[in-house]
Amino acid sequence: MDIAKELLEGSRLALSRAITAIENEYPEANDIMKELYPHTGHAYVLGITGPPGAGKSTLTDKIARAYRKAGKTVGIIAVDPTSPFTGGAILGDRIRMNELTLDEGVFIRSMGTRGSLGGLSHKTADAVKAMDAFGKDIIIVETVGVGQSEVDIVKAADTTMVILIPGMGDDIQAIKAGILEIGDLFVINKSDLDGADKLVREINMMLDLDAGSMMQARTATEEAIANQFHHLNVTKHEEAAPGYWRPPVHKVVAMQNEGIEELIGLAKKHHAFIEENGELHRRRTRRARDEMLDILNARINAHIKGHIVDNGRLDGYVKSFQNHETDPYTVVADLLKEMLK
Amino acid sequence: MEKKIRVLVAKPGLDGHDRGAKVVARALRDAGFEVIYTGLRQTPEQIAEAALQEDVNVVALSILSGAHPHLFPKVVDLVREKGMKDVLIIGGGVIPETDIPALKKAGVSEVFTPGTPTSAVVDFIKANVKA
Repeated sequence: MDIAKELLEGSRLALSRAITAIENEYPEANDIMKELYPHTGHAYVLGITGPPGAGKSTLTDKIARAYRKAGKTVGIIAVDPTSPFTGGAILGDRIRMNELTLDEGVFIRSMGTRGSLGGLSHKTADAVKAMDAFGKDIIIVETVGVGQSEVDIVKAADTTMVILIPGMGDDIQAIKAGILEIGDLFVINKSDLDGADKLVREINMMLDLDAGSMMQARTATEEAIANQFHHLNVTKHEEAAPGYWRPPVHKVVAMQNEGIEELIGLAKKHHAFIEENGELHRRRTRRARDEMLDILNARINAHIKGHIVDNGRLDGYVKSFQNHETDPYTVVADLLKEMLK
Repeated sequence: MEKKIRVLVAKPGLDGHDRGAKVVARALRDAGFEVIYTGLRQTPEQIAEAALQEDVNVVALSILSGAHPHLFPKVVDLVREKGMKDVLIIGGGVIPETDIPALKKAGVSEVFTPGTPTSAVVDFIKANVKA
């Protein structure tokens, strides 16, 4: 079956097979991506992240339904951790999304992390592209927001929602997790529980500290520039400074569908804001750049593996190091000359 | 990267007991498979569509209500209709021995009844999956 062609014609099975090819790094995945690439760039990508049990899947379900009601088609990529011990995984995010299964405008795919060495962020990005080319308007990527690879996945989103719940420790936990930096919107789920307002206050306070320091940094830079170029009469231009998006903190009760419409409204507002001030373009540029370097790195690694690991040359070198006949620096220099001809 | 075996564990019909399904799901995870669990009370249509979206190699059905003669063949038909010819479909639960030949004829590759060690399910999948 010609997967790319059938995917572009709207075959759900082809989309599913394409994602499998991406996940398993089948050789044909490259050809599929080549054909799909010109058809990408239309979808808006929403990242949802937060600790286990925060309600990410339930919220994803509700957000997807709200977008469906507005006539948008939705793709969902739900990432769950793979066991580092057995390589197996239980991917249970669909449990919260069962009613979406039979909606033809929704496509849900569960992915295991399969160890971050496998380049999960790159694979997720390709799966997003496959759904984009398939014609989905909104693509939601849902993942546990801990660990570098998960943060990388979220960086692939245009708008990132960080979802938190009351009762998970004090405000220090939120700083520690490094989660404050990646959120464009903060969602306090289960906000009918005790401590929700306190959490809202704490997050707001920390975001204001953040905003304060960013403003300060910006003003200092502008002054430095102004001082340096004062002979050119460069002054501070309020309108020239890129606007600062102060992430809103929004309370929801996902189970009861409370606060979801407003949340979608905030996501739209963020979208419009970053489109207006050029941040969306910057994010997508950065993404394209990272992606290209990722692919190049992966290819070069594969080349190295084929060139010296799989054929046993590496073992030979190691032996000669151990016998002090040569050293790794000499060998690497020679190999580079040989490979980069 | 090596191919991962992906298994959809699903409970068709209306019984609300998924201890068995969860035990099997864990055993499959521990065998290194990726297990997609969809939860309780699934229609055959939901199961077949989830199998398609997840591109699984195996659909494992668990049922305790006695509706297997109706629901299992329905799942098989819907999965095949969607173009997934190679997907292995297996079942388990409180299923009388006398019902098993008809289920197998309908396309269920194997049926596991109470008392089956989980390793038997793992071994069967490894031996029969077309990945």
